[in-house]
Amino acid sequence: MDALLLQILNGLDKGSAYALIALGLTLIFGTLGVVNFAHGALFMIGAFCAVTLQKILSLSSTTLDPTKTDFLGNPAKIETPYVESWFGPEIGAALIDWSVPLGILFAIPIMISIGFIMERGLIKHFYKRPHADQILVTFGLAIVLQEVIKHFYGANPIPTPAPDAFRGSFDFGSMLGFDPNVIIYPYWRLVYFFFSVLIIGGVFAFLQFTTFGMVVRAGMADRETVGLLGINIDKRFTIMFGIAAAVAGLAGVMYTPINSPNYHMGMDFLVLSFVVVVVGGMGSLPGAVLAGFMLGILESFASMNQIKAIFPGIDQIIIYLVAILILLTRPRGLMGRKGVMED
Amino acid sequence: MLGLENKDTKFLLVVVALTLCTPIILQPFPEGSSLAQFNAGYPDLMQRFAIFGIFAIGFNILFGLTGYLSFGHAAFLGVGSYSTVWMFKLLSYNVLPGLVLAVITSGIFALFIGYISLRRSGIYFSILTLAFAQMSFNLAYSVLTPITNGETGLQVYTDDPQYLMGEGALTTTHVFGLAMNKSLIVPIGGWEFNFNVGYYFCAIIAILAFYVSLRIFRSPFGLMLRAVKSNQQRMNYTGLNSRPYTLAAFVISGMYAGLAGGLLASMDPLAGAERMQWTASGEVVIMTILGGAGTLMGPVLGAGFIKYFENIFSKINDNVLHGWFSFLPDGIEDFFINVVNPFFGEGWHLTLGLLFMCVVIFLPGGLMEGGQRILNLLKRKSKDTADDDPAHHPKQSPHVAE
Repeated sequence: MDALLLQILNGLDKGSAYALIALGLTLIFGTLGVVNFAHGALFMIGAFCAVTLQKILSLSSTTLDPTKTDFLGNPAKIETPYVESWFGPEIGAALIDWSVPLGILFAIPIMISIGFIMERGLIKHFYKRPHADQILVTFGLAIVLQEVIKHFYGANPIPTPAPDAFRGSFDFGSMLGFDPNVIIYPYWRLVYFFFSVLIIGGVFAFLQFTTFGMVVRAGMADRETVGLLGINIDKRFTIMFGIAAAVAGLAGVMYTPINSPNYHMGMDFLVLSFVVVVVGGMGSLPGAVLAGFMLGILESFASMNQIKAIFPGIDQIIIYLVAILILLTRPRGLMGRKGVMED
Repeated sequence: MLGLENKDTKFLLVVVALTLCTPIILQPFPEGSSLAQFNAGYPDLMQRFAIFGIFAIGFNILFGLTGYLSFGHAAFLGVGSYSTVWMFKLLSYNVLPGLVLAVITSGIFALFIGYISLRRSGIYFSILTLAFAQMSFNLAYSVLTPITNGETGLQVYTDDPQYLMGEGALTTTHVFGLAMNKSLIVPIGGWEFNFNVGYYFCAIIAILAFYVSLRIFRSPFGLMLRAVKSNQQRMNYTGLNSRPYTLAAFVISGMYAGLAGGLLASMDPLAGAERMQWTASGEVVIMTILGGAGTLMGPVLGAGFIKYFENIFSKINDNVLHGWFSFLPDGIEDFFINVVNPFFGEGWHLTLGLLFMCVVIFLPGGLMEGGQRILNLLKRKSKDTADDDPAHHPKQSPHVAE
């Protein structure tokens, strides 16, 4: 029982990342009908927004301290981050410590504008072209974005720690009456899970309870009619593309403490999130979220030793296996709409 | 000749001549000159041209003719490499049994994957093939380590059985005693031409592969595949089951990929799982599109183009750039180098990505279409422009896909 609970918990954080990326992918597919292979790159850029903010905050001025010397006898260099000299040492240190959560505020405008530029500058011209062309051009874009990041940040992963308050883990098991030290869960993963629930809830509420969201949903169902009613649906879809990019970016920002970001993290996630979207059903938002969490949890179950003893290597392929089974038995995925991309 | 029309025979002969003269054509600059770094006539690179040419020709039979975009072709490349290295381990360093096994295993593998994946089309087909390829990649890394030797990569060890290995037999890959790494180096004047056994072996197989693909393109079978691409629904309505045809195309192109993988292992008896990763599948997609999908020569051109620039571009570093721009004043020189630098050397993939995007956006027919357009422009200039009045032509239908 405790082992099962542990695996569910372990699956949640990966599942949250899958769900967030798949949600963005589905938003783009559902509104614009474009298959976006560059979505993983957006996730990666989000992560690098956090890295950039951390670097900006820890920009330091160097002063020489003549009273201390290093081992060569030169005066020791003391680096004081500018934020500490501007806001005082305490606030400054706190700012640096909280750079990842602050990255959220930093990333939202950046990601939305990247989304706008992408949609207006490139994707717009591909609405009428076949899906294969859309896949190819966004695949090319993903390579370009990835190489640009590699040029500026290098190829090595850059560690970006979580704030001190969330470092370490807590004993989840003892809270529920299990033996202590059986179910230990890092704080930050819990934060990630709640964060993703918040974002997912936010996106759904936005679509469900605002006039803007209503129009967008109407446009998803029948773009032409909405256009005939005199509503500029293209503009709204562009905004939705920006929001989808922001969702992917935020997923990336918050993921940095779990896995140090490197330039090809997006590609690694992209393949899996496509599988997630397909399992959930193309164009179905609840399907994407459900499939994301489901596959994340399944993956962590498959990595249990007891299961690996029966099916060796199952943890490596479970997601793909599930995807193949679903695609062959249920052509429109778990919650896909009838008639949308069913062939 | 050979069951080809006159025009095709000429075309094939040109291709054969070009392929056989590659070591000379790719060595246009004398040794030691400042342009010698653009020479591509060394065995390793020429072998890659031929091998990836085969890979792309095979991919084109599937994608170019039927329009099914597979994102998992690297799996067959990997399977081919593994089977060939296993033949080296079990029998001897003769490459022929390995290549035969590579084609057979990858064909069986493709039959299995194709049978399942081809039940869907469009993006679902892409994702299914991608899923299968990633599965094979992950398995090759983890559970199948006894067969694939995991992260180390499969290679031949001295205590391997090698049952057919006679006394004093060659310990490098060979065809009946002719070692692959043997080269005939002919210095003529300042030039140095390298005629390599391995390259010619690959080249002959590539020519055969090209001939087979030419025959497929011109056959009723090829016509059927094109019909599938243009309108599968109509095919189904006429009461024709198109799946056997697409499956056959998938298996053939899988066998081509397996052959290419086997050749890769024959040139360098080593097989690693990274050959199966989906980025490798992406590479062959890029090659085919860049050259021109659906054309005979396009994929080969694309493969050659990418492999050439991959090797040459990535060698161009800061010093070389300084040499190029040294005629400029210092400040401007540094500025230029800073602008250009990200695109060369390590940044070659950036250039490739941009180029690929441009091709997809502006030239959906790839380099072949580009060449065609330039030819047309030249022709039109030489002709009288008056008879090209657009008002006298029937109005072109708007270009809307799907």
